[in-house]
Amino acid sequence: MNRILKHHLFWPIAVLAALLLFNFLYSSDFFRIGMRGGRLFGSLIDILNFGAPLILVAIGMTLVIAAKGIDLSVGSVVAISGAMACLTISKGTGGDSLALVLTAAGAALGLSLLLGLWNGFLVAGAGIQPIIATLILMVAGRGIAQLITDGQIITVNSPKYQYIGSGALAGLPFSIFIVLALFLLASLLTRKTALGLFIESVGVSPRASRLAGIRSGWVIAAVYVFCGFCAGIAGLILSSNVASADGNNAGQWYELDAILAVVIGGTSLNGGRFYLTGTVIGALIIQTLTTTIYMTGVPPTITLVVKAFVVLAVCLIQSETFRQALVQRWKTRRYPAEREVARHV
Amino acid sequence: MFNRKYVPIFVTVGLFALMFAAGSFRYTGFFSLQVILNLLIDNAYLLIAAVGMTLVIVSGGIDLSVGSVIALTTMVSASLVQQHGWPPAVVIPLVLAMGAVFGSGMGAIIHYFKIQPFIVTLAGMFLARGLCYVIDINTITIDNAFYTKAAQTRIHLPGGNTVSVSVVIALIVVAIGIYIAHYTRFGRNAYALGGSEQSALLMGLPVGKTKISVYLLSGLCSSLAGVVFTFYMLSGYGMHAIGTELDTIAAVVIGGTLLTGGVGYVVGTFFGVMIQGVIQTIISFEGTLSSWWTKIAIGLLLFLFIVLQRLLSSGKAAWKG
Amino acid sequence: MAEREPILEMKGICKEFPGVAALTNVNFRLFPGEVHALMGENGAGKSTLIKVLTGVYSITRGTVTLEGRTHEVRSPLEAQQAGISTVYQEVNLCPNLSVAENIFIGREPRRLGRIRWKEMNARAKVLLKERLHLDIDVTLPLEHYSVAIQQLVAIARALNVEAKVLILDEPTSSLDQSEVQQLFGIMRKLKGEGLAILFVTHFLDQVYEISDRITILRNGEFVGEYPAAELPRIELVSRMIGKALHLLEEMPKAPASAKSGAETVAEAKGLGRKGAIEPFDLRIGQGEVVGLAGLLGSGRTEVARLFFGADRPDSGKLTFRGKGGGTRGIQSPRQALDNGIAFCPENRKTEGIIDDLTVRENIVLALQAHRGWFRTISRKRQEEIADEYIRKLNINPPNPEHLVKNLSGGNQQKVILARWLLTQPKLLILDEPTRGIDIGAKAEIQKLVLQLAGEGMSVLFVSSELEEVLRVSDRIAVLRDRRVVKEIADQNISQQHVMQAIAGV
Repeated sequence: MNRILKHHLFWPIAVLAALLLFNFLYSSDFFRIGMRGGRLFGSLIDILNFGAPLILVAIGMTLVIAAKGIDLSVGSVVAISGAMACLTISKGTGGDSLALVLTAAGAALGLSLLLGLWNGFLVAGAGIQPIIATLILMVAGRGIAQLITDGQIITVNSPKYQYIGSGALAGLPFSIFIVLALFLLASLLTRKTALGLFIESVGVSPRASRLAGIRSGWVIAAVYVFCGFCAGIAGLILSSNVASADGNNAGQWYELDAILAVVIGGTSLNGGRFYLTGTVIGALIIQTLTTTIYMTGVPPTITLVVKAFVVLAVCLIQSETFRQALVQRWKTRRYPAEREVARHV
Repeated sequence: MFNRKYVPIFVTVGLFALMFAAGSFRYTGFFSLQVILNLLIDNAYLLIAAVGMTLVIVSGGIDLSVGSVIALTTMVSASLVQQHGWPPAVVIPLVLAMGAVFGSGMGAIIHYFKIQPFIVTLAGMFLARGLCYVIDINTITIDNAFYTKAAQTRIHLPGGNTVSVSVVIALIVVAIGIYIAHYTRFGRNAYALGGSEQSALLMGLPVGKTKISVYLLSGLCSSLAGVVFTFYMLSGYGMHAIGTELDTIAAVVIGGTLLTGGVGYVVGTFFGVMIQGVIQTIISFEGTLSSWWTKIAIGLLLFLFIVLQRLLSSGKAAWKG
Repeated sequence: MAEREPILEMKGICKEFPGVAALTNVNFRLFPGEVHALMGENGAGKSTLIKVLTGVYSITRGTVTLEGRTHEVRSPLEAQQAGISTVYQEVNLCPNLSVAENIFIGREPRRLGRIRWKEMNARAKVLLKERLHLDIDVTLPLEHYSVAIQQLVAIARALNVEAKVLILDEPTSSLDQSEVQQLFGIMRKLKGEGLAILFVTHFLDQVYEISDRITILRNGEFVGEYPAAELPRIELVSRMIGKALHLLEEMPKAPASAKSGAETVAEAKGLGRKGAIEPFDLRIGQGEVVGLAGLLGSGRTEVARLFFGADRPDSGKLTFRGKGGGTRGIQSPRQALDNGIAFCPENRKTEGIIDDLTVRENIVLALQAHRGWFRTISRKRQEEIADEYIRKLNINPPNPEHLVKNLSGGNQQKVILARWLLTQPKLLILDEPTRGIDIGAKAEIQKLVLQLAGEGMSVLFVSSELEEVLRVSDRIAVLRDRRVVKEIADQNISQQHVMQAIAGV
């Protein structure tokens, strides 16, 4: 029992289960999955479908955070990627040709990789703190996205492009398969190669890792590039889902939701150990929460308040100080400095 | 003696002068005191929020809740004044107290539970934004006499130039900010904290009190910025001041404050805000440029200043041997 | 004076942390006008005792009296106000603030709440000049000055509060010889003024040079209090380490065989780096232990780092086993690793261990880095390797899944050694491998070095303890002022020779 309680996935799964249970009690229709026009539908499917972009961004973010970084620019990259794809399609001739859609996706992903490389260069090459380095692209990226769309919302009419975000394969939304593929890719890269060990090592101590012979710079650059790639795909799904690109609003708050998902999933913001499965569950929790709030008829804007408390709760649970607070507080209440220094000895 | 710690601030002031000069050559009507005053009028709220942010960043933290607290302040003010008919004399102190309590709450969580400021203030950002929508999801327009008067009153300066009440408030806040940062124990303790928290603790400085106060002050500045923003917009709305936290951080960095903490000047922040204002003004004078160029330009400036900081700090390391 | 009153007296002090007793029944007395050395190996409880005094830790049992009154402080600030000031090993000041501010912060001269900068700067200047004979610009940030000066500023800060008790916690570990003498001069002066000084150090010479009285702790227990003049050095050591003394005596002396004639493994020609080390030549033969001797700051560490490519040289070239490692020689740790060079850095905690990873992961790290991203070592193989090295090097606790940060300093050092031995290096660079670890582990590491050299591995050995360098080295390169000044080999190796070279006479 104790082992189950201490497993890193216990809390995320418990929270997700509790949320689902609440939904079930609230509306028995919640778990009903129907078949319409050759594809499954229902609240659960919606959660997976609408949650896909967030899961993708969060997977990328997990690796970045594990390597002691953070990527604030993912929201902007999502917007840029969508804008680039939609621009390519709207400018292109041949309307709905597969070649055009592939070109569009290729251009968008190429650009995303480039942006990831830029972040990676600033952090690993120029040695700038991640939060600051990616802040640059977070601010400028919105401008770039609007520059691409010329401040308009570009709508596209291309069923093939829309398939990415709203198509179905074997009855399930196509986006789920993209997520699955990327999750497998990330897991393979980190668990079947030594990359995972290197990321964790660099995340704990970049200097010591370099002196152990690890090319820290390359590892760090790689995670940012991967994160940019994930955000790029998320941008494709998001824009394809609504068949349009909005430079200003697409992907807004994504960086925050993604960080939240990673933290809920059990990866510490201080870097080191990371849990991809935890992240996916974290992202699903966030998406389920949003759906729940919609369903219960509470104004959807309340989501922000709920998220605020979730962030705090999760961080408090992760905080060593807080966990020991009840015991420690009593014992050391007259020596406030002990708690602070004890962590450093 | 030329001290290299002032380099970033000289660059900032120089850049402001350069941009202003460039604008003056290129556009007729640009070179006037009123253009500068307009920068202040339009950015008074940003300036106030940035003063609070400077102290937070100097102490080694960050406050992402700034924009949301501004929005919440406009919302609470509008709701109380407009929908409940409370007098502004009660409402304004109340919202200021609210900002201070909000800030100190975040500070307390950061201090007592050792959670990164980034994530705590992120939660604060969600919370404040969300609370706006709890009050109302629509805009509440204010037509209270005091607020409209505060919005419309212009203080005349010699030479036919005018400024708004908000500018006066903002300049007072800057002056107080400079005083606190450089001439009070609390201010110096904040610098010490940014230099090394462990050392500050062992030197017997009141680390917890300082940390919480820094966030309290930032919350207070944000809500005061919110009051000024209410004068400016004459409405309360949950979408007000979205992204202001980024503008403030950018202003602080462009003003020469090290994002790693410990080094920075409130005066620099003043010029950081002014530079952002000049960029907007130039882009609006240009006419053909779209508003998103502002973001790109600010991103570029951020980049330049961060690289400059980086070069200066690595130069220092090499110097030390 | 028959029996003076101690200014500070601690009786029956116990401090328990969850599951560990850090101090058991410790007594300690400190008289005005004396330097009292607190001695003990790592983990003996010295730091805990100091933290109790300075209000960082509470005590579980026991009494502390200061000037006859019960001393109960709850924070460093309260301790300072009571007259106990502390200067820590790593300078605990704020590098970004000016020297004057560092001395005065928390009690700046003020009028109506406004800090009076002019008065503060003037007072700082006078304080440094008159009491510490230090004449520097007090308005510059502290980070502009050397560690030694920072240490003096820290003492100035401590003195400024009208301290009655001054605690110096390993203040000399990063100072060179002349700086130590300067510090001792100041300590004598302060002692003469009636200050009570508690002095903690690892250097025995310094203890005997400056202390009047010695208190020894071992494993958190009180061993005894002795006048320094009446405690022979050998007694001190044996009381500090208990039974481990025989280990040191049994240390074999390095065989004085002429290994320098052996095949060259690594050779530096005109290798140098501006501001770190002047260009130098150094050759290391197979199975040879080359020691680097010199004072702190003489360039020892810099030489070691250049040999590993940890820092990039800006002149000269390092060739390794005849191969150039490209036209520019070895330029990065990765290149060094791939060429069979291993490096245990001086700063174990920040540059050596990866503290949140397990012992197993720490051990396989370098080998895995060498193999690259894709040629992974299977989990099973990793466990075998970890078990093997835990046994070989006697790592304690012998659990490969233990987080390395929970190990003691000596065991962490062994983990780093294991990491590198696993790569089967041709050249092993050890920078201060025994610093801050207990004598037992120290002896084990020295033995290991000799054993490895016997098996044909070349070793570059850096240590601030001359005795240790003398014991293990076949040849010693002496450094002074960032320059390699002399090489001493075989029969000429003696303490006197090396000391003369270091001193430049």
